[in-house]
Amino acid sequence: MLRYTLSRLLSLGVSLAVASVVIFLAIEVLPGDPAAYMLGLNAQPDTLAALRDELGLNGTLWERYADWVGGMLRGDFGTSYTYRSSVSEMIGERLWVSLPLALYALTLSTVIAFPAGIWAAARRGKAADVTVMGVTQLGVAIPNFWFAMLMVLVFAINLRWFSAGGFPGWDKGVWLSLKALTLPAVALALPQASILARVMRSALLDTLSEDFIRTARAKGLTKGQALRRHALRNALIPVLTIIGMQFSFLMAGGIIIENVFFLPGLGRMIFQAISARDLIVVESVVMLLVFAVVLVNFMVELAYALVDPRLRARA
Amino acid sequence: MSLLEISNLDLDIHGAPILRDVSLSVAPGQIVGVIGESGSGKSMTAFTVLQLLPEGAQARGQVTLNGHDMLSLSEAQLCRLRGNEVGMVFQEPMTALNPIRTIGEQVAETILIHEQVSKSEAMARAREALNRVELPADRFPLSRYPYELSGGQRQRVVIAMAIALRPKLLIADEPTTALDVTTQAQILALLTRLVREDGMGMLMITHDLAVMADMADDIVIMQKGRVVETGPAATLFETMQHPYSKALLAASTHAPDREDGTTEQPLLTVRNVVRAYALPRKTLFGAPGQVQAVKGVSFDLKRGESLGLVGESGCGKSTLTRAILGLEQVQGGEILFDGQPVFTGHAANRAVRRRMQVVFQDPYGSFNPRHKVARLVTEPFHLLDAPPTGAARDAAIAEALTSVGLAPEDQHKYIHEFSGGQRQRIAIARALIIKPDLIILDEAVSALDVQVRAQILDLLADLSKRFGLTYLFISHDLSVVRAITDRVLVMKSGEFVERGPTAQVFDAPQHAYTKALIAAAPRLPEEA
Repeated sequence: MLRYTLSRLLSLGVSLAVASVVIFLAIEVLPGDPAAYMLGLNAQPDTLAALRDELGLNGTLWERYADWVGGMLRGDFGTSYTYRSSVSEMIGERLWVSLPLALYALTLSTVIAFPAGIWAAARRGKAADVTVMGVTQLGVAIPNFWFAMLMVLVFAINLRWFSAGGFPGWDKGVWLSLKALTLPAVALALPQASILARVMRSALLDTLSEDFIRTARAKGLTKGQALRRHALRNALIPVLTIIGMQFSFLMAGGIIIENVFFLPGLGRMIFQAISARDLIVVESVVMLLVFAVVLVNFMVELAYALVDPRLRARA
Repeated sequence: MSLLEISNLDLDIHGAPILRDVSLSVAPGQIVGVIGESGSGKSMTAFTVLQLLPEGAQARGQVTLNGHDMLSLSEAQLCRLRGNEVGMVFQEPMTALNPIRTIGEQVAETILIHEQVSKSEAMARAREALNRVELPADRFPLSRYPYELSGGQRQRVVIAMAIALRPKLLIADEPTTALDVTTQAQILALLTRLVREDGMGMLMITHDLAVMADMADDIVIMQKGRVVETGPAATLFETMQHPYSKALLAASTHAPDREDGTTEQPLLTVRNVVRAYALPRKTLFGAPGQVQAVKGVSFDLKRGESLGLVGESGCGKSTLTRAILGLEQVQGGEILFDGQPVFTGHAANRAVRRRMQVVFQDPYGSFNPRHKVARLVTEPFHLLDAPPTGAARDAAIAEALTSVGLAPEDQHKYIHEFSGGQRQRIAIARALIIKPDLIILDEAVSALDVQVRAQILDLLADLSKRFGLTYLFISHDLSVVRAITDRVLVMKSGEFVERGPTAQVFDAPQHAYTKALIAAAPRLPEEA
């Protein structure tokens, strides 16, 4: 298990290194000089040169890359071109919205999907199964921003249970903040839960047709016992894969929902930074998201090994 | 009073008749063998006893197990009986165990499900059960996982699960079909010992008459969902009346009428061939280890000869086959076909490949189910520089299908429309269509029922006579190899331990391994 963990850690490090090079080079080849953009069309050449110097745009490619990576390792992501404030602080604030939102949505999705998928698989072809399959079909098909606006209409405007958007900040109270994140989290979780429930169901059905389930039944286990004790853990591998992918998606892909609910999250931040050519922010946020994705994949791989002894042994 | 009494059992699945008027009984301490070909309903009879039937199944009649009327019990009552009064062992040991739970947990589960005992007591009793199936604690601790065990060892774990609570009846459904011949002999001896020790009744399902002849007290022969013959094993082979039983017995010992067509001209020359695989690295920068699957073997295959290659799984025979076909590069030695290397550059030598073809074990898995037979059998044409088209192609298809006993019109059908035996005929037609010199038969009849197997062996003998074919016949089934080959190579751990004319090797084996193999093979009574 130790060797497996170490080998996965090594691959995590390599992924991050490669990603940092790709992100850096991609930003390099983008047209547009941030200094020129900040100073406008009538900038004096010497002012421009001074600003370029201040922004650290003049060094060699290698120096700038080393600066950037070195800074990130110390937790210093540089200074935003447009806001003239520390990128680390900006990210910190936004992360406190995006990360809880992603976790909230993922928890909802898992809590809904597991029972629904198990229930459908246990009653294959019966009314329960047909219902779950029908509802999840709908859940996958409905665009989540439309569903979000529908919820705003019902729960915020008509019933006035929730506010229509905005985020009060965690210092105003955990309960208030969670409440503000509830509608966005539900909107994000709906399609994810539908996908996850369907994956859970089909993985379970595959496992239930395995020979060892028949062996378990011949030992005297009921259908339910065979499902809980033998099928469920075997069916977890594909489900874990999907959960990992969903978390990554929720971290980065909440941009539309963040816009619908006016949430100050990472998605909106990166969108604004791209429009303003604030490349240092774009670079840093993309790198941070890559780090989150790679880290989640690492955790999913560790979870595989916990589920399956064959992976532990191989390494 | 018998332990298991099945009388006038009918079974339908979704309205289709599966069993009709099946009656049989098992007394305590008695071994009853149910024999039949695939589709005869023998496994469904076993599943009816446990009431583990597929959806849509409807059983009528009487099934009484130790006084319980199995057909009228509720599911909860059945769960209390399964594993407790009746245990079951299955055909596929590789998949019968949960891959992610330890063998100790899985054996202990049988006990925990049925008795109110602590986990530690259940584990202690699981240990006893594993000891009884000869998996000693020092080599097989409870914490082992199934993937760490061989097929035979896994089957022992399944048996331990089935007998942990000392059930009155043990049902074994083809328990040794997937195993090698020596492992089969050990598992059969183990089952017999357990039955004798515990006074269990055993219902054993198999397609192999010879297996039952050795160990059963009573034999039941089934065909198309009906029992056609029942009798004590000791006398049944002499007294059997039903034409189906007689045909089954004849097919089991069938040897095709063939003559040795060996010439002096070598067709395939294998010299000091080594095939090694790299093992995963133990440490990050260490050199990868190596395992030699084939350790420098040599032999000649003469034109017109039928050469057998026997050995148990893992002995390297499949690896050697792939090397001969030019599918993989060898690490040492050479393989020449009619003087030309089979592997040149980085690929198989096409000039040679078009002169040898292969027929595999699984007649269904080796065909693309979405193509029609015409396209399937003409696949080898891609080896030709100028494949026939139009009328010439149609003529070639018709000829190939006719020569294996099928009709030219069959080319318009899909593979699922054929039976297992017919599929294997199509596989042979596919091999024949480019008129090869050598056909490699890799366990080509192992998955077939005995009667079909006899027909295919006849067909192979006939084709070899008509087309002067050379065969390399790879199998773990000694009786088949004896029936169809002139000379035989015995392979163990990547080396040949014995070689010689087939009759001589079988009648007077020299090497200890060959002797063990031949002794382990189940035999029908002489001159039955």
